[in-house]
Amino acid sequence: MKSIWEYANPKKFIETSQALLPWVTGLTVVCMVVGLVWGFFFTPDDYRQGSTVKIIYLHVPAALMAINAWFMMLLASLIWLIRRHHVSALAARAAAPIGAVMTIIALATGAIWGQPMWGTWWVWDPRLTSFLILFLFYLGYIALWAAVEDDDTAADLTSILCIVGSVFAVLSRYAVHFWNQGLHQGASVMRAGALAGDTEERVSNVFAVPLFISMAGFVLFFVALVLLRTQTEIRARRMRALMARERRG
Amino acid sequence: MIALLTRDLKLAVRAGGGFGLGLAFFLILVALVAFGVGPESALLARIAPGILWVGALLACLLSLDRIFALDREDGSLDLLATAPLPMEGIVTVKALAHWITTGLPLVVAAPLLGLMLSLPGPGYLWLFLSLLLGTPALSVLGTFGAALTVGLKRGGLLMSLIVLPLYVPTLIFGAEVARRGAGGLSVEVPLLLLAGITCATLALLPFASAAVLRVNLR
Repeated sequence: MKSIWEYANPKKFIETSQALLPWVTGLTVVCMVVGLVWGFFFTPDDYRQGSTVKIIYLHVPAALMAINAWFMMLLASLIWLIRRHHVSALAARAAAPIGAVMTIIALATGAIWGQPMWGTWWVWDPRLTSFLILFLFYLGYIALWAAVEDDDTAADLTSILCIVGSVFAVLSRYAVHFWNQGLHQGASVMRAGALAGDTEERVSNVFAVPLFISMAGFVLFFVALVLLRTQTEIRARRMRALMARERRG
Repeated sequence: MIALLTRDLKLAVRAGGGFGLGLAFFLILVALVAFGVGPESALLARIAPGILWVGALLACLLSLDRIFALDREDGSLDLLATAPLPMEGIVTVKALAHWITTGLPLVVAAPLLGLMLSLPGPGYLWLFLSLLLGTPALSVLGTFGAALTVGLKRGGLLMSLIVLPLYVPTLIFGAEVARRGAGGLSVEVPLLLLAGITCATLALLPFASAAVLRVNLR
């Protein structure tokens, strides 16, 4: 019986991902174009928010991927620590900058939406703050990868950082909730923030269908990018090994 | 373990400025904040708990790179790693030594600095208690960061980037205890949460620090 760990073989991984990549990329383009165009041009304006509501088609999927990229990194880190598959460590490394960019997109689109809606670019709302902290965790993780020279050491260190960071990111998320309630009880902006966050339960189907397509597009986009970047990392490492061998020989 | 602890403490005291340096930094920081926001005592009283907590955090951060860096340079860290003491124990003792040399002086000095920032009356006790409860967590977390970056040439800035986000929950609950205490509100909930964070980090994080240190000494 074939085991899933077969794909941990770099050669096998490259072959498989090479075959998958065009399909994933094609689906990404289709989903994103359909989702975004439908969302931007073929949905009615919200009766209170006007056309600003349409930024949701970028904001929510980006926020979704910002969190899930970290989960994927956590999973890959655990696999690396337990089973020592190099592809797994490289995939975690490949995912980090994407996650960081998604966090920026979520924060930036949120700010652009918040300016006309809440009247401010930034509030210390629990959600916003925890995303900012998540972004800091991404930065630390990426910086640590870049700073350590030896590949295996870097993989080990970042994996442990990822695990500890996950615990503290979750902890910070709840701590921030606590902190903010302590500061502003029942401010109207905060309630608006909470409502805007719970969109999935409140959005009517006219908006929800393109939103889901756009979310699927972002997920596929992430998968395609991770596959591509992991391939690049594998090849770069192989190239380094070859060059080192040539220098020796 | 006790030998290691006394050795670290002696080194910190005799190699100059173990106790004093963090404290002096704390004092300067408080003075600078007062210069920055102006001498109005009502405003200072309101932000005093937060300033003192952030100050403690930064003073703690400043001395972190000393935990392992010197020992690694002269090779005593490798000796420690081969000693019969488990790595988790070494890490815990190191964190304890760091707390005694930086955390404890800050805790003792904080009410005095609170006086300078005209902290309201009931705040002193809670500020003192929250720092006493929270600074061990800061030391343990800092030890993790120091262990993570011990092999790096210029690890200082990277370490602060990694450690400071980890400090967020401790800071939030600690400052909240001090703030509520100063405002005469009930402090029970944040105090318990702060104690929970400290206990959990004390119990679990040494394992992560030890694992990281082993990787770095490989």
